Amino acid sequence: MNAKTKDKVATAVIYALVSIVVVILFGIIGNILVSGVPHLSWHFLTSEASSYQANGGVRDQLFNSLYLLVLTMIISIPIALGAAIYLAEYAKDNWFTSLIRTTIEILSSLPSIVVGLFGYLLFVVQFGFGFSIISGAMALTFFNLPTLTSNIEQAIKGVPQSQHDAGLALGLSNWKTIRGIVLPAALPGILTGVILSAGRIFGEAAALIYTAGQSGSTIDYSNWNPMSPTSFLNVMRPAETLAVHIWKVNTEGIIPDADVISAATSALLIIVVILFNLGARALGNHLYRKLTAAKS
Amino acid sequence: MKNEKDDLKQLVNETLAEQKVPHVKLKKIGADKVDVEKLTKPSKETHQEYWGKGLTYAAIVLIIVLVVSIIGFIATHGLATFIQDHVNVFHFLSSSDWDPGEGKNHVGAAAMIVTSFAVTILAALVATPFAIAVALFMTEYSSKKGGRFLQSVMELLVGIPSVVYGFLGLTIIVPFIRNVFGGTGFGILSATLVLFVMVLPTITSLTVDSLKAVPNHYRKASLALGATHWQTIYKVVLRVATPRIMTAVIFGMARAFGEALAVQMVIGNAVLMPSNLVSPSATLTSQLTSQMGNTVMGTLPNNALWSLALLLLIMALVFNFLVRLIGKKGQK
Repeated sequence: MNAKTKDKVATAVIYALVSIVVVILFGIIGNILVSGVPHLSWHFLTSEASSYQANGGVRDQLFNSLYLLVLTMIISIPIALGAAIYLAEYAKDNWFTSLIRTTIEILSSLPSIVVGLFGYLLFVVQFGFGFSIISGAMALTFFNLPTLTSNIEQAIKGVPQSQHDAGLALGLSNWKTIRGIVLPAALPGILTGVILSAGRIFGEAAALIYTAGQSGSTIDYSNWNPMSPTSFLNVMRPAETLAVHIWKVNTEGIIPDADVISAATSALLIIVVILFNLGARALGNHLYRKLTAAKS
Repeated sequence: MKNEKDDLKQLVNETLAEQKVPHVKLKKIGADKVDVEKLTKPSKETHQEYWGKGLTYAAIVLIIVLVVSIIGFIATHGLATFIQDHVNVFHFLSSSDWDPGEGKNHVGAAAMIVTSFAVTILAALVATPFAIAVALFMTEYSSKKGGRFLQSVMELLVGIPSVVYGFLGLTIIVPFIRNVFGGTGFGILSATLVLFVMVLPTITSLTVDSLKAVPNHYRKASLALGATHWQTIYKVVLRVATPRIMTAVIFGMARAFGEALAVQMVIGNAVLMPSNLVSPSATLTSQLTSQMGNTVMGTLPNNALWSLALLLLIMALVFNFLVRLIGKKGQK
């Protein structure tokens, strides 16, 4: 076989492999949407999940997922922001910085089930919180911190050094420069990072099954007192999210229509995650155009 | 202190007297009007700086404490099996007799360890050619449009939650394998196929980065020598990118090794030494996921599960170490 035929064969093989990947992806997305979307009804979104009968909904799971997402973000954004500012602006090139980077890499490489089990040990058992939303939110924070930190760090590093120098030249303190000049300029990148990690959190289940629990309690949506055990705002109640719900109905197999419920829930999850992805891109572009003088 | 202030006033006076250019001579500022207190104390800006730096330091320290306590907590619970319950470490690693409820001679994790490694390595073996092909297509073959299209395809694949992969595996792959090979359909093969799709985007995006890092003049030099496109890719581009492609594969393996729910849903959850690819078995993660809720804290069956978690943690550290090792070798 001479070089030219080899070249042609290799190209053909690469094109074939790429088309297989594309077919797989469309197969996956298509399958989920085709089997799930027809069951996504108003009834499905607004009724309670049933424990053994068919025709249950995911109202509480949907709310729990969103509530956990918001709580996790409230806890993790300040920490990640602080760590990212340190790494991007203050860190010197020494052993301490490389120790920090190693730690963050280790945290990001830990399997989510291990992070979840740590949350279980610390919050559920040690602190006695029991299976609760707050335990789940903390576990998700641990899971989220490394990704969010490095996303924000990249965004901050993307701001030109000249803007930084200009702030310092005006006599502002380094901190004021970061807060008043660098962070606003990095905002589009930071928001994109936040939304992308929100998509990841929304679909996470392994870190939650032993922290937020696998069952929901009865929730009263008209009870606005966060201290009351039946209130939907109570952070000490156990909560099952959409992703955990899919896992549970499939492994327990008590509900007769587990297939339908999981297909519809999967479709819901995928749609939300795709919306997050598109939203991140659109918002990033929009803010970039608004905050900078970029044309087009 | 008093003396110092006087010194400073003296200094200001001298400086003012020395000024030679008349129009900038600051007559109005006499030595008495200089607020020495304010000048010698840390300024508002310095305070801001301390505050800000302190805040960022606090965040960093929090993360370090977190990682140390994760390792500490899991290690103390995981080692309890060997220290409190006197299980032999070698027995734990080599025996496939897993029935911790029966006593300390029935705590052998070998079956799960073998299955975990089997699914990880098989998934990486299947995924790597596809990942390299897609990465090559994106960097060496396609136009910008095609590259961007595949980029968003990969981002979508990353975005799909792992339970959804598990559910798809349960409803599509398991019945398919049941029909083709017989048996239950649960097992290593199903898990491999699910993990293949899950690690594909990880390996691909890192491989794309590695190919993009190959300087363009290498390609031009090779083409100028009369090499075909494929010869250039195979003999130059891939050779240069090899260390980073290996890193990419290890990252993918780390993800496969630690994946819990998707694997748990399709592996069959029977702690047996796998005899073939389509018999039900269990991985470290699947056993942890399905059994942690069924054991009582502090008992041997529970401690044995924490040992599995410790093993997972150690493997995560090993993967991390391997990545660093290859990274260092690649730099030389």
